[in-house]
Amino acid sequence: MSERTENVVCTFCGCLCDDLVVEHEEGRIVKVLKACANGQGHFREYDPSPRLPRLEGRDVSWDEAYSAAGEILRSSRSPLIYGLSSAVTEAQRRAVELADRLGAVVDSTSSVCHGPTGLAMQGVGEPTCTLGEVRNRADLLLFWGCNPLVSHPRHFARYSTAKGRLTPEGRKSRTLIVVDVRPTAATKAADIFVQVEQGRDYEVLTALRALVQGKAMERPSVGGVAREALVDLAERFKNCRYGVAFMGMGLTMTRGRDLNVAELFSLVSDLNDYTRFSVIPMRGHGNVSGADQVTTWQCGFPFAVSFARGYPQYGPGEFTAVDFIARGDADAAVILASDPGAHFPRKAAERLREIPTIVIDPAESLSASQATLWLPTGVAGIDTAGSSYRMDGVALRLRPFLKAQRPSDEEVLVRLIEEVIR
Amino acid sequence: MIRIRGGKVYDPANGVNGEIRDVWIDGGKVVAAPAVAPADVEIIEAEGMIVFPGGVDMHTHVAGSKENVGRKLRPEDHRDHLRSRKGVLRSGSGYTVPSTFLSGYLYAEMGYTTVMEAASAPLLARHAHEELDDLPMVDKGLLVTMGNNQFIMDCIAKGEKERLRHYVSWLLEATRSYAIKIVNPGGVENWKWGRNVAALDDEVIGFEGVTPRKILEGLAEASRDLGLPHGIHVHGLNLGQPRSARTTVETVAGLDGRGSHLCHLQFLSYQGKEEGHAFRSGARSVAEAVKTVRDLTFDVGQVVFGQATTMTSDGPLEFALHQMTGHKWVNDDVEAESGGGVLPVLYDRKSRIGAEQWMTGLELFLLVDDPWRMALTTDHPNGGPFFCYPQVIRLLMDRDYRAEVLASLPPKALEGSLLPDLMREYDLFEIAIITRAAPARILGLTEKGHLGVGADGDVAIYDRVNVDGTACRCSRFQSCRRALSRVRHLVKGGRWVVRDGQIVEEVKGRTFYVAPGFDASLEDHLKDYFERTYTVAFDNYAMVDEELPLGEVIPCRRRNGSF
Repeated sequence: MSERTENVVCTFCGCLCDDLVVEHEEGRIVKVLKACANGQGHFREYDPSPRLPRLEGRDVSWDEAYSAAGEILRSSRSPLIYGLSSAVTEAQRRAVELADRLGAVVDSTSSVCHGPTGLAMQGVGEPTCTLGEVRNRADLLLFWGCNPLVSHPRHFARYSTAKGRLTPEGRKSRTLIVVDVRPTAATKAADIFVQVEQGRDYEVLTALRALVQGKAMERPSVGGVAREALVDLAERFKNCRYGVAFMGMGLTMTRGRDLNVAELFSLVSDLNDYTRFSVIPMRGHGNVSGADQVTTWQCGFPFAVSFARGYPQYGPGEFTAVDFIARGDADAAVILASDPGAHFPRKAAERLREIPTIVIDPAESLSASQATLWLPTGVAGIDTAGSSYRMDGVALRLRPFLKAQRPSDEEVLVRLIEEVIR
Repeated sequence: MIRIRGGKVYDPANGVNGEIRDVWIDGGKVVAAPAVAPADVEIIEAEGMIVFPGGVDMHTHVAGSKENVGRKLRPEDHRDHLRSRKGVLRSGSGYTVPSTFLSGYLYAEMGYTTVMEAASAPLLARHAHEELDDLPMVDKGLLVTMGNNQFIMDCIAKGEKERLRHYVSWLLEATRSYAIKIVNPGGVENWKWGRNVAALDDEVIGFEGVTPRKILEGLAEASRDLGLPHGIHVHGLNLGQPRSARTTVETVAGLDGRGSHLCHLQFLSYQGKEEGHAFRSGARSVAEAVKTVRDLTFDVGQVVFGQATTMTSDGPLEFALHQMTGHKWVNDDVEAESGGGVLPVLYDRKSRIGAEQWMTGLELFLLVDDPWRMALTTDHPNGGPFFCYPQVIRLLMDRDYRAEVLASLPPKALEGSLLPDLMREYDLFEIAIITRAAPARILGLTEKGHLGVGADGDVAIYDRVNVDGTACRCSRFQSCRRALSRVRHLVKGGRWVVRDGQIVEEVKGRTFYVAPGFDASLEDHLKDYFERTYTVAFDNYAMVDEELPLGEVIPCRRRNGSF
């Protein structure tokens, strides 16, 4: 007889859709309703059965694993704690504590994704809103350098084109504009597709700021976009009721990086002189937004923090994980809920294989399979509890519906802290 | 058991004014002196020292979405303000917006043991509680914003008082909050249309017949009917504007006898053009208005010269500051409920506006004779950091020091000003009222802010010897800025957590909230409302007990019938 749990939160991406229905039987998930393909995988691919830790290729008891972890951490002079973004807030809090007590560097996957967005915010601010304001108010949507139909498949249906208080017609109540360097599924769904030359986003954004401020533009085009199209965009922006811009790695990880984002944020700020406009970064991992929050409230800075001197120091480019590892500054690493072995640039990934690593992850990722020690944990929102922050900063409670057969990330990190302060 | 021996005790709630006596604590509470002291009693020698109840900060922004935006926004604020980890204590950073652990340590070192986080959107309450859980050393509570809540405004538009009351009650429990906060009622909703409200009878766009006045009245009535321990906590209209004193006077008259609290009143006590100046203190008219009504309290929100980070649910205000200063600006519109913004500012003593704001706050302190009606705050970090309270205390206790600071202000700001002629000086008894006894009483926390039998065992002990052990050379100990700046000893919940100026134990505080109860039929209605409005399922909105292991319900005194 299968059981049914409703309003389950999916933590695959920053949308945190919280309307899923999961059917489960004898501790196994048998059916997932309402989830997108990414969400289906998140639930269906997880095997919740108990699993022993693996130390240098052999299964060991949890006690043995903890003492081996303690050994690694205590003998390290310059450890790195990396990842965080798919873990719940409770585990992230412990990860930052571990870094503080160890004098380690702590960094989240933000640094290879929306780190430049954080730098832009620190430079120029960020007018933003929650996704419900998008649902209820927004009559103009601007997606820049992101493809929600692939990365956040339910974003349209649940948030950006849903029916709301002032948007009774849903999609029809809105003008949908997509800016990208090439046609994508999202550009096909748009009312207006603006194709920008690769690497020219900054120029286009600057031209738009100038046009919004009423300045004349003499050149026939900027960054591959014709003057008429830019003038049209600027007018639409100024004359909408409530506009919302969404941006992704097409801005953060291309030439210009944080400068691109700062220019978009400034454009959005400027537009509030004429109408209301907000911006929401399309955060990827389920709780990467929470990783920024936790690191900020515990030490003052969102990512790339070193505790080596006893107090928190902020150093993007210096204490960001890729740079820190590639330079050879890390002599051990704790990797929580991420897979740098698979995703880091080659040099950093190679360095990572040369140092002792402790990987805390429910799945045997590439990083886990290469690790000195793999600690297999449960998945929050399936068999363990915790909280997660949506891309707009709204925190949700993840309720387990299966009985836990593995420790949570938090429990594991508490044990590591005990090992370290022993 | 702890015995604090021979200190000079100031306990205004129990009429104790500087008497030499012992304070006994057992099981976390203040107890009567035992007939025979047990052998293992811990003795804190307090001879020659000042003994106060633990401080109560009734309006501060130390945890939650806006506060954390402020931290993230300002790495430049933290760079030179760092603390290293030490023993069990965590490291931290930040001047106007310190990290959570550091905030807890700074409060404890100043002798404060209770703080109220003064604003979170209900939707973001879970975040605020998670940060409060990482704020050690103090007991705490959270106020949630309701003055621009669409469900509430719908109820007011339709005249559904009973549903409004049930909803308020449900929302307080769902967010594990302590009281109703109202910020610029109607103005934040209008800001989502790019507008604001300027007068109590302006209309809220999209809510027929709903005005700031009706929101205030409706929520004040709900608060009274539910018997909440703390009345509505109001940040009024036109904050920071030269017309604010006038709307404040009207608001005070409208709230007569409703048990309301006006927060950071200084920021709402300016007058301007029509009175012949661009921007002047309107403290006199506001103080007069406050004196004429009963059952109304306020905290000051004193400005401290130097850096500050403004953060408020008053979205249009932050935008106005952005337009005025050009500083980096964060806004956050929160669906169906609230909004907010963050912006760095500098209170410059060379600027006339900064000088006027500084004088306005001190005038309010000095013009209202009854200290029981007010609390000392800086609206941290809006007026300046909370750890500057000792500086404000010195300004209140020492008119020579006040004159010294006045002499450094722009002479034009002083022309025709009230403050240079105010000779009043606070004494320690009055300071103990505005930092302990009054805020605890205003909040309705009966076991805080005093040292009577049954009170929480929170005691701050200040010494004239500097914390590093050197003798204090100050001849005017009781009016010295240093006198109350850092405790020699602190007892929190019956544990001796600060010894000789050093935190020796990190303790976790409790979180106070209310749960007045509501009619279960409301939930069906809300489910439908959530489907239509929110992006979060109704079942995922409310907090559950596991999320708040140290939560404690403070009872309400219901006035109005059953459900």
